[in-house]
Amino acid sequence: MEEIFSWLSQHQQMIYIVILSVFLGIEVIGRVPSVLHTPLMSGANAIHGVVIIGAIIVMGKAESDNLLALILGFLAVILGTLNVVGGFVVTDRMLEMFKKKK
Amino acid sequence: MDLNILIICYLIGSVTFIVGLKMLSHPESARKGNLLAAAGMAIAVLGTIFLYQENGEKLGNYYWIFSALLIGSVLGTLAAKKVKMTAMPEMVSLFNGMGGACASLISIVEFDHISHLLNQGESIHRGMLLIIFAGLIIGTISFSGSMVAWAKLNGRIKDFSFKGQHIVNLFIFAVIIGLSAYLIAFPQQITNALFYTVLALSVIYGLFFVLPIGGADMPVVISLLNSFTGVAAAFGGFLYDNPVMLTGGILVGSAGTILTILMCKAMNRPLSNVLIGSFGGSSSAESGKDQGTYKEISISDSAVVMSYAKKVMIVPGYGLAVAQAQHVCHELEKLLSEKGVEVNYAIHPVAGRMPGHMNVLLAEADVDYARLLEMEQANDEFPQTDVVLVLGANDVVNPAAKTDTASPIYGMPVLDVELAKMVIINKRSMNPGYAGIENDLFFQPKSSMLFGDAKTVLQQLVAEIKTL
Repeated sequence: MEEIFSWLSQHQQMIYIVILSVFLGIEVIGRVPSVLHTPLMSGANAIHGVVIIGAIIVMGKAESDNLLALILGFLAVILGTLNVVGGFVVTDRMLEMFKKKK
Repeated sequence: MDLNILIICYLIGSVTFIVGLKMLSHPESARKGNLLAAAGMAIAVLGTIFLYQENGEKLGNYYWIFSALLIGSVLGTLAAKKVKMTAMPEMVSLFNGMGGACASLISIVEFDHISHLLNQGESIHRGMLLIIFAGLIIGTISFSGSMVAWAKLNGRIKDFSFKGQHIVNLFIFAVIIGLSAYLIAFPQQITNALFYTVLALSVIYGLFFVLPIGGADMPVVISLLNSFTGVAAAFGGFLYDNPVMLTGGILVGSAGTILTILMCKAMNRPLSNVLIGSFGGSSSAESGKDQGTYKEISISDSAVVMSYAKKVMIVPGYGLAVAQAQHVCHELEKLLSEKGVEVNYAIHPVAGRMPGHMNVLLAEADVDYARLLEMEQANDEFPQTDVVLVLGANDVVNPAAKTDTASPIYGMPVLDVELAKMVIINKRSMNPGYAGIENDLFFQPKSSMLFGDAKTVLQQLVAEIKTL
């Protein structure tokens, strides 16, 4: 139990970021026209591809004899990239349709 | 120095996510917002590869990293560019699953790393264990759930539920949480087998979570799973003390949750209702009734009645998208306009398979945005409309939503097409729409059915009108 408390106080800045980000997320969505629900969902999907950074760190730290880390890390980076690249391209395609009319 | 630049990269990344997401919520700035967030992502990723250090050591295995990035980028771009507009929600789900799997894999590797340390007798900080388990569970559930959602949307899987499923789901979830809590509290008890049990249970839970939910509700579920993956990414951020992963993750986690709630509001159904897959019990409500008979109308009659109308309203639906008939539809609209008919489109918020589906479809066909009416506007105009042409829409024009309390769509705001002087409904057959229920509209005296594939029917209508 104390371990968790000490961990919390060590990472208090991270925790502030979490709390503020929650409210930020709520604020930022505000009034979204229903027409934009899907592109927004797609854009948010691409943004959470930021998890790829963790995968890159895993891959980057893996020693050359640690086959599990290398293979899983490799796979993780591919999957993360699919999320990021696929996500942003799909979102752009959806939004392309709005370009001319506005 | 390098670390300072990295910190700035992460700062830039975080800011672009926040600003980009904000810009994505307004039509004029949406496209730029997307590009901005993408740019920020690129900066954060490249910064990590070249500048990240742990204990003074930079990252290695550049060949592996860059080849993985290349493969992912090529595959991702191809998949995203080639997919048909109607398959967009599936792709979002697929990519979401990829993100969840990525988070899960990170946890697996980190677990492997610490299990070696545990075996050597070192003690692991419980906070670290908590993060690893959380990332594993949430990422995995998101992955398997998203895969089911993807398969459902492209028709590979049907809805599936069994009696007592909710109890089973709750039980599985309880075991996952209980086992993880136990292992975190007593790390000496951690074995590979137990860890992978948690993993396996999470996969199963994700499957069972999404399996019973109706196809029409998929966009809501995908939005929810989207926010789950965001939270999983945030846990990754905790693991590596990484502010940009944390910001991006939590932002998507909370924004995604709000979006899910907004989507539920548009369907006028609470989230709990959606998640329980409530179509189970009530679809029997309407199917036993004697429906009466419906009238059919011919192409030539339809052509005549529309050409000589003063005001026509087109209601597009999924059938139009499936038939890829949006261009012919635009042709019809132009033809009628030349004859002096006022033509508009009534767009229901959940027509099609995702919000905005119809707008995107019609915009692709260069339909003038000004002709697209939102539901409230359209409903105001139906009483003055001579002919309504329903193109492959079903549940969104079902009057049962207003009157039949047993109907699964009861309470959902619909288009009041029956207020118009005449309604022509184009469908491929009398089969029920996505909600799987009968539609009284078809049997009303002012309604006529015009059977056929939307594209074929529209082409025939266009040809016929040209001769008038």
